[in-house]
Amino acid sequence: MVLAFVEHDDGEIEETSLEMLTLARDVASQAGEDLHAALVGGADVAAELGAYGVDTAYVAEGEVAETYAPEAWAECLGGLLDELDPEALIGPGSDVAHEIFAHVAAKRDLPMSANTTAVTVGEEYEIERQRWGGSLVEHATMAGETKLLTAPEHEVPIEAVGDGEAAVETVTPEIGEDAFRVTLDRIEESDIEGVPLSEARIVVAGGRGVGGPEDFEQLEELADLFENATVGASRVAVDEGWRPHDDQIGQTGAKISPDLYIAAGISGAIQHWVGAKGAENTLAINTDPEAAIMYKGDYAIVGDLHDVVPQLIEQVKAAKD
Amino acid sequence: METLACIKRVPDTGAEIILTDDKQDVDASTLGYTISPHEECAIEEAVQVVEDEGGTSTVLSLGPDDSTEQIYEGIARGADEGALLETDPDDEEWGPKATAKALAEGIEALSDGAAIGFDVLFFGNESADNANYQVGITVAHHLDLPVVTGVKDFEVDGETLVAKRDVPGGSEVFEVDTPAVITVKEGLNTPRYPSMRSRMQAKKQEIDRLEPTRIEEGLQKVELQVPEKEEGEAEVLGEGPEAADRAVEVMEELEVL
Repeated sequence: MVLAFVEHDDGEIEETSLEMLTLARDVASQAGEDLHAALVGGADVAAELGAYGVDTAYVAEGEVAETYAPEAWAECLGGLLDELDPEALIGPGSDVAHEIFAHVAAKRDLPMSANTTAVTVGEEYEIERQRWGGSLVEHATMAGETKLLTAPEHEVPIEAVGDGEAAVETVTPEIGEDAFRVTLDRIEESDIEGVPLSEARIVVAGGRGVGGPEDFEQLEELADLFENATVGASRVAVDEGWRPHDDQIGQTGAKISPDLYIAAGISGAIQHWVGAKGAENTLAINTDPEAAIMYKGDYAIVGDLHDVVPQLIEQVKAAKD
Repeated sequence: METLACIKRVPDTGAEIILTDDKQDVDASTLGYTISPHEECAIEEAVQVVEDEGGTSTVLSLGPDDSTEQIYEGIARGADEGALLETDPDDEEWGPKATAKALAEGIEALSDGAAIGFDVLFFGNESADNANYQVGITVAHHLDLPVVTGVKDFEVDGETLVAKRDVPGGSEVFEVDTPAVITVKEGLNTPRYPSMRSRMQAKKQEIDRLEPTRIEEGLQKVELQVPEKEEGEAEVLGEGPEAADRAVEVMEELEVL
């Protein structure tokens, strides 16, 4: 069998987990095995996984489901590995899945391949995985009793394959106190207002071409005209101190997946693009018609953002009236 | 408080990645090398903690002799000590399990005795190049230490470490006792830029050299590949402010207005 670790929040399955199930189904079908799922909490959503090819969803309840304790969650998955002996455990490429899979891999000495884009199943797995945030592909082999794989975010499409319901089995794992030594203490709400970059439907971002912190106000003004919109920045603009690091889009910042990404004065270096390529559509505004972003995006305006953005603001206002 | 920052020497990539002829490595001959961005913050935090609390900060790396360049950089940025687990330059790439085991043994060797000689052990959350997400956590398992990952805000409160990480709309707060492993992300702090003078002085420092042993890895690299470019050319909507009309039409077509 193949086991998939599925995340959920507020009564909904996370999109990145649904993406991951596309890869997990492929691995299960190549192996000629059933696909099962593991969840921590989430009995209310587990049955829906049937539509994505999941046979049985194992839902962990009890102390482990009441809080986030990475080692305890890893022990919970480890217990399922002992019981079910899957040939692969597959999860989304989220911070949580990377963290708990790394715990499972370390504790049980299993191989782990993060951000895996393709798998050929055999005695050993042949895998392709992302390096450098996806700018490079590593071809590798994996040997081990259970192969741990994560799928990168926003790389694989979500595909429903039916309307059946998954069987739901609840389990209450017994986990030692030690595994709870790192436990979420509290959540502090951010005092930053507005939509987080990773969730925005429209992102207006600026780079070196903006020239200073003041001129980001134009980008703010443009973003304010849309629903669910926010402002981002390239690493240069953050390093210059024009914007806080929370605004950074790229390999070491936020990965975005908006309907429209407006990139103003951003050249489009690979480290930036790996954070922005999840955008459905990209409109680049750049003085340089040869800038890398002009080849990566969908639409381009050749011109100085300081001239183009004010006009864009006027036209968008006019269109909304 | 004794702090440690574990760092990795990585190619300083620009607009394009070029591979060596045997497809085993990034060709860094024209690029030079740097420290992974997350780990620049690991060094800065290790130095700041010692500035506030007293003690010693140490930079540790696993890699060939050339990695001393990054260790000296760490010392120039304020670290007190440097140590290298020196690998053979002809070695095939070290994977996450072998790296973590060698680092754990190195940390024990630097600890002069049974207990861990460091109160806080900083790592990058993942390396810029290979991004296996495993080294810090695996070292914590070898040393039986608690580990908090992805940390973007860090404070020392007596013997307690308060570590926060970003989640949409806020941050998750973890509190752990020392000694502990903390893996960090860029944005935790603003790494200082060393002066020419501190760079020169750093070079005079003796770097501790240790010999790592290497274990087998379940994940084996075969070769690297530059992915085929999916990109075409963007549709140019126009030049200058006059293009705004057409841009708004596109926004209407995309139904984002």
